[in-house]
Amino acid sequence: MKTKLSFILLSFSFLIGTTVSLFGQEGHEGTGTKEHGGSGEAFNASTFIMEHIADSHEWHLWTKSNGEAVAVYLPVILYSREKGLDVFSSKHFAHGNVYNGYKIEEEGDLKGKIVTVDSEGHADEAKIPLDFSITKTIVGLLFSCIIGLFLFLSLSRSYKKTGISHPRGIQSFLEPVILFVRDDIAISNIGKHKYEKYMPYLLTVFFFILINNLMGLVPFPPPFGANVTGNIAVTMVLALFTFFITQFSGNKNYWRHTFATPGVPLWLLPVMIPVEIIGIFSKPFALMIRLFANITAGHIIVLSLVCLIFIFSSLAVAPVSILFVIFMDCLELLVAFLQAYVFTLLSALFISLAVQEEHH
Amino acid sequence: MTGTMAAVGAGLAVIGAGLGIGRIGGSAMDAIARQPEATSKIQTAMIIAAALIEGAALFAIVVALIA
Repeated sequence: MKTKLSFILLSFSFLIGTTVSLFGQEGHEGTGTKEHGGSGEAFNASTFIMEHIADSHEWHLWTKSNGEAVAVYLPVILYSREKGLDVFSSKHFAHGNVYNGYKIEEEGDLKGKIVTVDSEGHADEAKIPLDFSITKTIVGLLFSCIIGLFLFLSLSRSYKKTGISHPRGIQSFLEPVILFVRDDIAISNIGKHKYEKYMPYLLTVFFFILINNLMGLVPFPPPFGANVTGNIAVTMVLALFTFFITQFSGNKNYWRHTFATPGVPLWLLPVMIPVEIIGIFSKPFALMIRLFANITAGHIIVLSLVCLIFIFSSLAVAPVSILFVIFMDCLELLVAFLQAYVFTLLSALFISLAVQEEHH
Repeated sequence: MTGTMAAVGAGLAVIGAGLGIGRIGGSAMDAIARQPEATSKIQTAMIIAAALIEGAALFAIVVALIA
């Protein structure tokens, strides 16, 4: 059970890592340094918020008083058919520089993506390199995987040493949660005989979403504060996992219910079959949007409340704003747990629909 | 103009969500009042239904954000 769980966690993290960087290319940061309000520009709340929510090739820590940005410049890994693999620091892309034939597109449809630049300096729209960069989201994701692996491997190690006895240490915190996932989510939905096969997946998904939600709420120090579950590519991969697990464990009963629902008159079937097929796809789609929108909306609300201080440009707003932010953060804490629970519960529900036996 | 319409759309979505979750909360309260022993089950069901409704409202918010 222990090796299975850690294997699943590890493969999960690698799969998500590669997929996210392939698909999550929307919303990359433009230039490295940003001239903030000091140079006379009005404070634009929506760009500020979007910068903090979106993925980025660098981790912006703070801006020094002379306008220079202090940031951790993450590696850019590109693969293009002509030039092959290219690995370099994203610092070269600062100020919209062209480096090695690549640059970050500033405006238009491809804004924020890395494009190839031909010798005159025009972006070549047809040849967009494959972007495997380690971006902010991926650093956050890998860090949360490290936290998860550390927690659960030490948990299983302590069980191995002391056997199943009264819980101590980290066990006393994690064991009730794991039992909760097993009893209230897995057994009550999938049934006592079949739930064990799906427990690793349900546990992984629950703790993955939980750890990433909680990490997104902590703004500082750097590995925290990355908006992982608020990236639609990440939630899409999670929903795809649920989708594939559901479809591949569908038994004969499930497919019969989908294509020839018992009790439906024959003339109604041409309507019911497309509806059922759409249902198969819309359920994971809803899972994806629900998690993404909940987490992103929470981040946007907290960021907007903090931006209030800068919009009004007065220190007097600060106590009110900070109080609101604290309240919203408590709500976000609740949402973090709730979304992990709801995602796992609905995954278990869909799996139970796929494996349930006939009952007359 | 699109920005204003997006904001109006988001507001309308919140009205729908508010009504829906309010009704669920109300029925949950009635049920708990009738049978206090079943409180935890009712609470769980209420939270699940609220999360699903919020999911629908957030669909609308996402569309408004895109616009």
